[in-house]
Amino acid sequence: MKSAVLVFPGINRERDMARALRLTCGRAPQMVWHADTVLPPGTDLVVIPGGFSYGDYLRCGAIAARAPVMDAVRAFADTGGLVLAVCNGFQIACEAGLLPGVLMRNAQLRFVCRDVFLRVERSDTPFTRGYNAGQVIRLPVAHGEGNYIADGETIARLEGEGRVLFRYASPDGMIDPDWNHNGSINAIAGIVNERGNVLGMMPHPENHVEAAMGCTDGHGLFAGLVDHFARAA
Amino acid sequence: MKARVTVTLKSGILDPQGKAIEGALRSLGVRGIVSVRQGKVFDIEIEGADRAAAAAALKDAAEKLLANTVIENYRVEVTG
Repeated sequence: MKSAVLVFPGINRERDMARALRLTCGRAPQMVWHADTVLPPGTDLVVIPGGFSYGDYLRCGAIAARAPVMDAVRAFADTGGLVLAVCNGFQIACEAGLLPGVLMRNAQLRFVCRDVFLRVERSDTPFTRGYNAGQVIRLPVAHGEGNYIADGETIARLEGEGRVLFRYASPDGMIDPDWNHNGSINAIAGIVNERGNVLGMMPHPENHVEAAMGCTDGHGLFAGLVDHFARAA
Repeated sequence: MKARVTVTLKSGILDPQGKAIEGALRSLGVRGIVSVRQGKVFDIEIEGADRAAAAAALKDAAEKLLANTVIENYRVEVTG
């Protein structure tokens, strides 16, 4: 699986992501600068990592979403290429129109940096085939603007079409306001686009892929992607 | 030519920052504040003297970048 990790000024999770991709896929990704206008040939997966691109100026991800490289990413997504957008990447994807809705300030106004539990809603996607539907996984979050908001019609469509892949949950998989640290509508933690090839998620799977981190629940996401491409070959 | 673009949250969008500001005003003893919603002001200098062209360019700026029209409204005023 050939992956490309985008780097914008202020992104700070690209190396964690590159490490996770290298460990799980056996191949280091290409790092792609925001001013580049083409993706590396043969790219299977584009990753938009986390951080504070452009200092979160104007709105989180707003300026990165309009960087030159994003035209190439949009074209890539239009042909069905897979895009994984994590944290600031999710914000960038929404601002770039790759995903609907917007990530707003956490409802309780605090930056939250801790492990959360997620319920995997379905396992029949390239991103979640490494998990079982209903499985609860533990991943870290680190964000001040992760509150997923969209209008009623968009939410109804997301839910109706099964496009919510991860929800914030209790350790035993119940959806409960006490376990929704940022106030996201319907506890939404991760969604895909209509075509199912672009995933945006606030938690960081790349930080839970090795035993030394005390949890390897993020491994399944990457392993599933590797499996997806292995079978497609 | 000078212009001001004001970006505000659409009604119905939750504004926890506005609520926090309300609470702080109350704590400071400022009376009678019913609600606060926080927005943004962009003071922009634009070249040329054609007001209509300026307004059009600023609308473009607002639609493309200054406002996220999923959750925000904008108002353009060409002032001088």
